[in-house]
Amino acid sequence: MTEGTLIKVGMADLNIAEGGAVLKTTGLGSCVGLTLFDPDLRIGGMAHIMLPSSDIAREGQLNIAKYADTAVPELVNRLRSRGAAAHRLIAKMAGGAQMFAFMGGTDTMRIGPRNVEATKVELERFSIRLVSEDTGGNYGRTVELYSHNGIFLIRSVQHGVKEI
Amino acid sequence: MNLFRNNADFKLDVLREVGNIGAGNAATALSTLLNKPVDMAVPTVNLLPFEEIAERVGGSEAVVIAIFLRVEGDAPGNMFFIINREPARRILQGLLGFNAAENDEYSELELSALNEIGNILAGSYLSSLADFTGLRMSPTVPSLAVDMAGAILSYGLLQFGTMGDDALLIDTTFLEGQQEAEGHFFLIPDPESFEKLFRALGVPF
Repeated sequence: MTEGTLIKVGMADLNIAEGGAVLKTTGLGSCVGLTLFDPDLRIGGMAHIMLPSSDIAREGQLNIAKYADTAVPELVNRLRSRGAAAHRLIAKMAGGAQMFAFMGGTDTMRIGPRNVEATKVELERFSIRLVSEDTGGNYGRTVELYSHNGIFLIRSVQHGVKEI
Repeated sequence: MNLFRNNADFKLDVLREVGNIGAGNAATALSTLLNKPVDMAVPTVNLLPFEEIAERVGGSEAVVIAIFLRVEGDAPGNMFFIINREPARRILQGLLGFNAAENDEYSELELSALNEIGNILAGSYLSSLADFTGLRMSPTVPSLAVDMAGAILSYGLLQFGTMGDDALLIDTTFLEGQQEAEGHFFLIPDPESFEKLFRALGVPF
């Protein structure tokens, strides 16, 4: 991979990048864009998580990138297999918005916050430090992770570009 | 989807007709509201990967105006009325009679007018569908967002999310005269609703 190569992560998808490549996922609404980064190896991973728990899955072939409880272990494994150490990994994440604010209560409507909560539970399980996040709100986000320095860029229509 | 193992073509035709009847009534309502002709294209019915659904309205990052509502009752689902900013401006101009939203900022009044348009159109879509199927279908209060298409539409895919990575979308495009696509009506019935729709319409399994 060469400097600046863009690796697109789709909805309910995950991937890793090194050698200066950039991971990008677009149009996060209630979904969570989670990134893990090993600063020593300069290798990073990104998952576009759609749902909190695979317990609710009714699909035949489980897409492990889709659920917080399966995507986080998979991302950690993929990074480990490239030499990253779990204790060095730092996490950043964005998304988990509530795009439409109405009707309050139902579980579907709270899916954004639930995705964020479930992702944090998984990070704790692996003792991975969450160093920064830009979650919640009622707006969409596009995010990028730069694998040479771990910078996490967040773009939104209302708030422009921000770096965490 | 298992549901389409038998009679797939016929079932897709039926769903196309569902879109035709619903959106046809909505187009009439919009035409009355704007006092000018509004045409619609033949609805398309596809089982699409999540990624491709936003492509229908310009891509995941394209900024669109979307009115979203849940369909409640016998055959629940999600409904979106999606328009780009330029046609929205023309609609507002026609309706409110003044030059609206030159920039990306919408006033309270403009947003409320767009929301009400969505409400009226969705109501006429659903009531004609309810008449046609004999099923009870009612819209929730609509909610409006101006944001990235991907972020907005993913909300309507959650029910399909637990089943796989595709969703069945009934997409109808509105045209105003010879203008490019004015807007889209997306109906995404919950996976469980198809059986009820087909039963109500006497489609054999």
